[in-house]
Amino acid sequence: MGKTFSKPEAMTDNHTHYCPGCTHGIVHRLVAEAIDELGIRENTVGIAPVGCAVLAYNYIDCDFQEAAHGRAPAMATGIKRVRPDLMVFTYQGDGDLASIGMGEIIHAANRGEKITVIFINNAIYGMTGGQMAPTTMPGQRATTAPAGRDTAQTGMPIRMANLMSEIVTPGYVTRQAVLKPQMVNKCKKAIKKAFQYQVDNTCFSFVEVVSTCPTNWGMTPIDSLKWAEETLLPYYELGDYKTPEDA
Amino acid sequence: MAKVLMKGNEAIGEAAIRAGCLNYFAYPITPQSEVAEYLSKRLPEVGGTFLQGESEVAVGYMIFGASGAGERVMTTSSSPGISLMSEALSYIAAAHCPAVFVNIVRGGPGLGGILPSQGDYFQATKGGGHGDYHLLVLAPDGVQEAVEMTMQAFTLAEKYRNPVMVMGDGMIGQMMEPVEFPDDLKTEPTNKDDWATNGMSTRKSKKPNLVKSLFLDSAELNQNNLALKAKYEQMKKEDVQYELYNADGDYQILIASYGTMSRVCRTAIDMLKAEGIEVAMFRPKTLFPFPEKQVYDAAVKDSCKCVISIEMSMGQMVEDVQRCVMGKKPVEFYGECGGEIPSPEKIIEIVKELIG
Repeated sequence: MGKTFSKPEAMTDNHTHYCPGCTHGIVHRLVAEAIDELGIRENTVGIAPVGCAVLAYNYIDCDFQEAAHGRAPAMATGIKRVRPDLMVFTYQGDGDLASIGMGEIIHAANRGEKITVIFINNAIYGMTGGQMAPTTMPGQRATTAPAGRDTAQTGMPIRMANLMSEIVTPGYVTRQAVLKPQMVNKCKKAIKKAFQYQVDNTCFSFVEVVSTCPTNWGMTPIDSLKWAEETLLPYYELGDYKTPEDA
Repeated sequence: MAKVLMKGNEAIGEAAIRAGCLNYFAYPITPQSEVAEYLSKRLPEVGGTFLQGESEVAVGYMIFGASGAGERVMTTSSSPGISLMSEALSYIAAAHCPAVFVNIVRGGPGLGGILPSQGDYFQATKGGGHGDYHLLVLAPDGVQEAVEMTMQAFTLAEKYRNPVMVMGDGMIGQMMEPVEFPDDLKTEPTNKDDWATNGMSTRKSKKPNLVKSLFLDSAELNQNNLALKAKYEQMKKEDVQYELYNADGDYQILIASYGTMSRVCRTAIDMLKAEGIEVAMFRPKTLFPFPEKQVYDAAVKDSCKCVISIEMSMGQMVEDVQRCVMGKKPVEFYGECGGEIPSPEKIIEIVKELIG
């Protein structure tokens, strides 16, 4: 009997540094599978963010550059503009993209940069140890919001996919999740589609992935999945927010 | 090649193209916006890439990205914009990437003004961004040198895989002077396959390249700093540039001056010579690496009573002059700011006071 399932070529053999129950590993794999299936590994450049995924280059086996906090879309723009033949993607968390990098992501999308953005939304800062993110839910505890997020002081959580869908320039904007196998399968399709749009030189593509952070949420991995489904998904609704065909 | 009359900013743009730099990212700021305007028209004509970024912060990373992908790339800005790009400069230096940054300096601090200044000497030579890094800094004294140094900047950036800054000022950017372009730079960036993220497909090793500045292991980070330090030491040995003016005779005073200010000092020295007073000028053309030995040698000459650093700042380069002269001769300072430029008459008055 032949081999029916194996590690994607675009993944290294390294063990990840991610905490037990963290969903980064799943999304890394989905990105690697999409790269393999499209046969683009040798022409792909990833941009690692500042955050837990800064070491993404240890796990995804292609050229990588490491950006400063929030600047990945600007860096991707620089690469893509001078080497349009390369496939360029950023992999960013919610502190990186939705807080310090808000300017860079909006303008990269508005210019219609032919890049792919994978945006991990787990409603908290991971690497720095559980501080409040722009995506943190009302009342959700964080190390900088010990009594829970007070929306009177800090506003409501930012819904990036919704915001990005308001940009008039054509693009692909979707929100997915990796909380259940069916969701993982759908997310895989969305990530592959996002890269496909880049391969076809069609448009900017943006995949928000609702994820978990058991360590900083102070929950078990299983409770995290349940909490994300019950608390995050009603606010961060899944689905395509914009496709280039809409334009 | 015949001389052409060009505005400094436009000449810098043209020099980049002739150096084979077909990639330019920038954000508008006075007094350098003409570089971007010029290149927005010229680069498409030669099949190049022009992009106006959303901020100097973003432009810094567009430069980093393009440079990391192994392409020749430049940006231009002015003081407040360079402050915003300084974050990227630290990262680019740390990641050993070549890139050219032009600073057409204006008066500061803060929003300051839009007139010529030399107030960014510290920022350019001592850091600007965080951490132990240096830029190689070239300081032209007019449009001709701005062209030559812009072209040379790419060669030096690629030699060291380090960002190079061409530091002019609002005067050099805005004035028109006759300029003769050197021969086009024909070389290509070298050894890209060893380090650049230019795609594995054409690379013999078929191994991924990584452009990064994060070293969580203390020994590795120390090693990266040692590697940077070795490059700066090599710059000091191989790429110091300077000029001595009227330094053959027995001068009583040595003026230290660079850039636009040195043009005025040159005039003052000629006028003093006509009166029979011998004054020499030491002009660093590289602000980093600073010509340490050369200023020392010029200062310790027997006839020289005193050194004076004359700057369009409140006293920045003077600290390097003092450091290098090592107390062997008195080191004085005179400066004006904000677009005020010491006149030849003022310089003559100061020199005569020093002579007593």
